[in-house]
Amino acid sequence: MKYMLLINSGGVDENGGAEGCTVEDWVAYDKTVRDAGILVSSESLADLVTATTVRVGPGGERTVTDGPFAESREVLGGFYVIDVPDLDVALDWAARCPGSRGGGSVVVRPVADFGA
Amino acid sequence: MRDRSTAADLAVEAVFREEHGILLASLVSRFGDLDLAEEVASEALEAALVRWPLDGVPSRPGAWLLTTARRKALDRLRRERAYAARLAVLRVDAERAGPAPAADAGGELPDERLQLFFTCAHPALPAEARGALILRCLAGLTTPEVARAHLVPPATMAQRIVRAKKKIREARIPFRVPGPDELPERLPGVLQVLYSIFTEGYAASSGTRLQRLDLAEEAIRLARVLRRLLPAEREVTGLLALMLLVHARRRARTGAEGGMVLLEDQDRALWDQPMIEEGLSLVPPALAGGPPGPYGVQAAIAALHDEAPDFAATDWPQIVALYDVLLALTPSPVVALNRAVAVAMRDGPEAGLALLDSLADDEKLRTHHPYPAARGELLHRLGRLPEAAAAYRRALDLAGTEPERAHLRRRLHEVESR
Repeated sequence: MKYMLLINSGGVDENGGAEGCTVEDWVAYDKTVRDAGILVSSESLADLVTATTVRVGPGGERTVTDGPFAESREVLGGFYVIDVPDLDVALDWAARCPGSRGGGSVVVRPVADFGA
Repeated sequence: MRDRSTAADLAVEAVFREEHGILLASLVSRFGDLDLAEEVASEALEAALVRWPLDGVPSRPGAWLLTTARRKALDRLRRERAYAARLAVLRVDAERAGPAPAADAGGELPDERLQLFFTCAHPALPAEARGALILRCLAGLTTPEVARAHLVPPATMAQRIVRAKKKIREARIPFRVPGPDELPERLPGVLQVLYSIFTEGYAASSGTRLQRLDLAEEAIRLARVLRRLLPAEREVTGLLALMLLVHARRRARTGAEGGMVLLEDQDRALWDQPMIEEGLSLVPPALAGGPPGPYGVQAAIAALHDEAPDFAATDWPQIVALYDVLLALTPSPVVALNRAVAVAMRDGPEAGLALLDSLADDEKLRTHHPYPAARGELLHRLGRLPEAAAAYRRALDLAGTEPERAHLRRRLHEVESR
């Protein structure tokens, strides 16, 4: 069963590290996930100032805006999709993720299965 | 005809209530699907209602129900290939997760109900659904019964249960007992659910009946089951002891017109002595062999109340000491409030009032009616009547159940008429 771990970082410093975890922590976590053979995909997102939002209205008109900018301290900073047997295992991997510390959080969402 | 079927119905109901949790847990363990398990469990009951009046109640009714339910599940899986395929995937995944825990060294099969306790009380489920699921799956209550006990409309309760079951199924919350390393993290959650069922039944937060005994008794029943499954867990023993020691006072807690009777005014002759004895016998094992847990300490406090011949003769120094331990284990303003009341009994109302006033800025206590109610009592005892009246009025603005409000109105009247 696939789960997406959505990593919401707390206050991120200039080096991409956050309170309570270092870049080395991330490298180590990433290696552990890969070595465990559970990784489906993962990405880390570029800084929020680079984000752009697109909306299309009922008449097909396109609106492009800068942002969004964070309204709270927590910002989606990246994700992992992992394939593990059940929620308890997914929660363990979320708890080991450095993004769950230092004021950050990890949201665990099962990936919808349309009966492929 | 009517008489015969009624007797059989009662036999079926008694058996089913008793066996329901065991039956459901074994079906879940076998098929890995709560919906299927519930469906075939109720089909087996229906079959029993038809067969037993004709054939007589079987010698092992539980085994009969289980065999029937399993056969119905297999029939259904044969009919519905897609469903079966989905369950098969679940089974494969479950096996991939690691080998099933081996049966105990004695070769005894583990009671599968423990898995169901941990799944129903899983922290990923909404708090208000956990108790409902446990009452349904492990106590064998129907959804309307659970709804009635919680004073919510059946449709609301049904929706809560359906949503929780959907999450169990779709997020795949597993049916498993946490390993020894996870138990310290997960067990308090299960105990919390049982304790909330108990307190919900004991002091309804709203409504006209002060006590809903059914829920309290269900909670005690479930705690007994959990203790049989986890005999070495001292906090399980502590929780059961606490429930028994509090529940033993039920008959003295409400007066003639359903009004609330405070501990100090209760007729202690009405206390359930055998239940007190049982509770007392559980306190030492709950506290021995390691640092005490919060339920064990609360049970010890309840035990001191139950052993006291009257309110004044209660061992207040010992109770204050236990509250100190409890406050260190679970720092909370509500525990601090209870400790202040005990200090007032040990050292006099002035000392208690000083402690209460030091809690005045607490956010939680600001809307917690026992806080102004306790202040009112102490001010009353000190003869500071206008202040006592103000505190009682504040408590009345916040208080939940009608019997509690009636009690506060009586106190207010006493103060105002002096």
